[in-house]
Amino acid sequence: MSTLAQPKRAPETPSPKTKKVQKEVGQDRAATSQGRWAFWLISPALVLLAVVIVYPVVNAIIMAFQKDQGLDPVTKVFVQGGPAGFDNFVHWLAQQCGSAACAPGTLGAQFWSAVGTTFFFTVVTVVLETVLGFWMAVIMARTFRGRSALRAAVLVPWAIPTAVTAKLWFFIFAFDGIANKLFGTAILWTGSEWPARWAIIISDVWKTTPFMALLILAGLQIIPAEVYEAAKVDGASAWQRFTQITLPLVKPALMVAVLFRVLDALRMYDLPAIMTQGSNGTTTLSILVVDQIRQGFNSAAALSTITFLIIFLVAFIFVRFLGANAVASATPKTTKGQEK
Amino acid sequence: MTAVSIDSAPKTAARRRERLASGRTYISAALIFIWCLIPFYWMIVTAFRDVGYTFDSTPFFTHVTWDNFNTVFSESLGNHFGRNLLNSLFVAGVTTVVALLFGVFAAYALSRLEFRFKFLVLGFVLGASMFPGVALVTPLFQLFTNIGWYGTYQALIIPNISFVLPLTVYTLTSFFREMPWELEESARIDGCTQGQAFRKVIMPLAAPAVFTTAILAFIASWNEFLIASQLSNDQTKTVTVAIAYFAGAQAHQEPYTAVMAAGTVVTIPLVILVLIFQRKIVAGLTAGAVK
Amino acid sequence: MNTRKYLLPAAVAGVLAMSLSACGGGGGGSTASSGGDAAANLDGRGPITYVQGKDNSNVVRPLVDKWNAAHPDQKVTFKEQSDQADQQHDDLVQNFQAKNVNYDVVDVDVIWTAEFAAKGWLQPLTDKMSIDTSKMLPATVKTATYNNTLFAAPQTSDGGILYYRKDLVPTPPKTWDEMMSMCSIAKQNGIDCYAGQFAKYEGLTVNAAEAINSAGGTIVGDDGKSTVTSAAAKAGLNNLVAAYKSGNIPTQGVTYQEEQGRQSFEDGKLLFLRNWPYVYNLAKTDGSSKVKDTFGMAPLPGKSGPGASSLGGHNLAVSVYSAHKATAKDFLTFMTSEETEKFYATQGSLAPVLTSLYDDPTLVKQLPYLPVLKTSISNAVPRPVTPFYPAVTKAIQDNAYAAIKGDKSVDQAMTDMDTAINSASQ
Repeated sequence: MSTLAQPKRAPETPSPKTKKVQKEVGQDRAATSQGRWAFWLISPALVLLAVVIVYPVVNAIIMAFQKDQGLDPVTKVFVQGGPAGFDNFVHWLAQQCGSAACAPGTLGAQFWSAVGTTFFFTVVTVVLETVLGFWMAVIMARTFRGRSALRAAVLVPWAIPTAVTAKLWFFIFAFDGIANKLFGTAILWTGSEWPARWAIIISDVWKTTPFMALLILAGLQIIPAEVYEAAKVDGASAWQRFTQITLPLVKPALMVAVLFRVLDALRMYDLPAIMTQGSNGTTTLSILVVDQIRQGFNSAAALSTITFLIIFLVAFIFVRFLGANAVASATPKTTKGQEK
Repeated sequence: MTAVSIDSAPKTAARRRERLASGRTYISAALIFIWCLIPFYWMIVTAFRDVGYTFDSTPFFTHVTWDNFNTVFSESLGNHFGRNLLNSLFVAGVTTVVALLFGVFAAYALSRLEFRFKFLVLGFVLGASMFPGVALVTPLFQLFTNIGWYGTYQALIIPNISFVLPLTVYTLTSFFREMPWELEESARIDGCTQGQAFRKVIMPLAAPAVFTTAILAFIASWNEFLIASQLSNDQTKTVTVAIAYFAGAQAHQEPYTAVMAAGTVVTIPLVILVLIFQRKIVAGLTAGAVK
Repeated sequence: MNTRKYLLPAAVAGVLAMSLSACGGGGGGSTASSGGDAAANLDGRGPITYVQGKDNSNVVRPLVDKWNAAHPDQKVTFKEQSDQADQQHDDLVQNFQAKNVNYDVVDVDVIWTAEFAAKGWLQPLTDKMSIDTSKMLPATVKTATYNNTLFAAPQTSDGGILYYRKDLVPTPPKTWDEMMSMCSIAKQNGIDCYAGQFAKYEGLTVNAAEAINSAGGTIVGDDGKSTVTSAAAKAGLNNLVAAYKSGNIPTQGVTYQEEQGRQSFEDGKLLFLRNWPYVYNLAKTDGSSKVKDTFGMAPLPGKSGPGASSLGGHNLAVSVYSAHKATAKDFLTFMTSEETEKFYATQGSLAPVLTSLYDDPTLVKQLPYLPVLKTSISNAVPRPVTPFYPAVTKAIQDNAYAAIKGDKSVDQAMTDMDTAINSASQ
């Protein structure tokens, strides 16, 4: 396989090596200037992220250690709850309300089921979107009459604002809606567990597959046709060409796409919120956060922080073990790994 | 010498593939078309349907009317959808340009330059996509109202930029990794500065990736709702927020037909925009063939 | 490699510190309890802003214009919110938290009034700010009262009505049992019998509360503690559970919000529908309505007479942060005056809060449902008036939904509901 990929890799690899050699020779000034360059190039992005993301996150972490406001028994007015230690975290993780287990019908009782639902949605939608997206990208990469029209059509689902999409699917999946009518079924799409989940999955896959397809398409487009030609000359079958050329070469783009889809899917809110209001086992972590914000900010902050940590863990595992090496390949170490 | 052989190579290859697989390609393309457009078709049917027949599930155009579009643009009902469209265009446009600019800078550094803490920077950028967006609204609202930014464009644009930056940085970094950087080196030997070499040699090659990223960033920003719903006022309201303001003629009545009409109005400029971009992508592709 | 040049972490920390200090004092954004000064600005006059959800039927704009013509030095600006109740709620919370002085008079849903009052965001309508509520329907005044203090002026009301097919059922049922016994008529005609709002959302709380209250039960007592484990409350919920089990409420009933029920009724597929007054106009005029001349309206059926409707509607409140509270109070009075209430009813089909208007002959002529609605609203019981309403409604919805679908017994559902309601207000 490595020979097949050679035409692509061969010219690329010398450059970092040359640079490394240069540096090892002792061009400290070059390294310094690269560092300075890097600083100026990266800081605009980091400053923006710091203001808009880090500030709220730090804010949330501080709030997470405060109790929610409680009613003053005399004045019947809300007063600050004071420091809470890890109570808010225990409340969620142990599903503990006060000293007892949270009763059904409280948000606290839904934490682990929301975690399960969120992961279920994430795994199913991302897998479906990757497979479908790859297929769409491969088709869109071909040259045929109507390709532009196809590319425009593929973008339509993603271009429609999510709130409208959710309304549209809610309308489609109503009991007296078009879905039941077209298929001659009488399914309670939004009123029973598995149909509700599938309705949300179908809507999500419909809506976000174009995102996958577009990123994968961009990955496909930078594979030079000569590579395929060479492979054909070598007698590689279509399947071999796919698994041994397309897949490895498109992997960086694919992994970025999958990574970001995973992060987004783990934060899924609009579709279940509008289509089922989180009923019938479709409450995701983000829905729980929103419901909790309306009941008490500090517990909500703790829940957001937990959600953040869960997603962080997933991303870490993903990057570390599944080779989402858009990150890693930027460092020399993994460049070597890739060459193996 | 290169021009001839390289320009034609992908074309002949593509033509051969097309002949071999054209049948299957067309079937696949048709399936994709149907999958993507059928719900959109239903949206348009509903958008053109008389509000008195909102729940009529006849799958063809019946009781056709322009009324819903008139509602969408009706100033007397307090809708200013034209203005909302311009706001969205402005916010998403500025967001895309700035995010791309910053993204290209950062991605270049991350893929080309040696510096410490690279892994940390990448982790930090990604971390920005991990906090539940719904929980960002309250602190940002407080921050921006405190500095008097409520109802300003920057209060919408700055969060939007940071929402799309992680994706922008990661996509561009991964694509920049695949670029034939030795061309840049040779350009520098020919006397270009690093910046010139990047602009003149690498950017054209990276065009498809950059435009793809631009489309993704633009659409993500165009569809942003949470922040805009809290921080925009009547002057800066974007389309997604405006759609949430649509109402039935009476309380409890769901304005489906008007929402679908608005969805149609919002989607069409985007598709046109993408078609224009596509030319660029194709152009970028041809340039990219010089490898 | 020279690392001292890499100032990124330092820069980030710097920005962070700046942005944190920019938020000065807030220290975590939970300053809610430190409400504004209820004693301040009581004599303040000047321009104010009125905040309300989307003005569906264009009633507010003409009213504001009328006010402004009469009060050129105390002009009112109308700030319209989204049409979604949740978004209106969140927008109000954000602005109260930010102590926005530009939210002078706000329109609050009856179920939020207690919460906002307890947060210290609403100006008590006492002394200089007091208004006359003697002519208003008592139940509507109750929704605006928290801790024995009036915090808002009832503005519009809303109550449940039983829509029925008068071509199939000549006399509407007076009690729940009577209605259930009429379900055989539906069966004979091949249509569904009864539907309300049984999807899991706020509408289910409305319907479950009606079932419980109509059967003589209550949800919370005067002390705010749950009372749902009483036999009467259980019997009330059981009415819905049994009806769903027997098919008198169709299977798809658990997916119905207001609009899906209306659709089914207008399609002629439903014998009885519990819904709000808005259905009247649409069922009469919708092109697709098949029941234009064949439906009637009656009060909700109860245990032995009219049932206890839940109360919808909105109250008007003055923000404690307002700088012009005297103007705000005058505007409040103007917006709840008899003339304005009449305009609401005729122009926007919004149910008035003034008792007298329900018997006004010209109004009744225009809005034939008024007499029925009067019965409905005078027997109405507000949903629990509690500052923990979001948690209480969640407890009701989750457990009632599970019981109706048969996922748990009525006993279990009520025990869980009880625990959940009580743990909310701990």
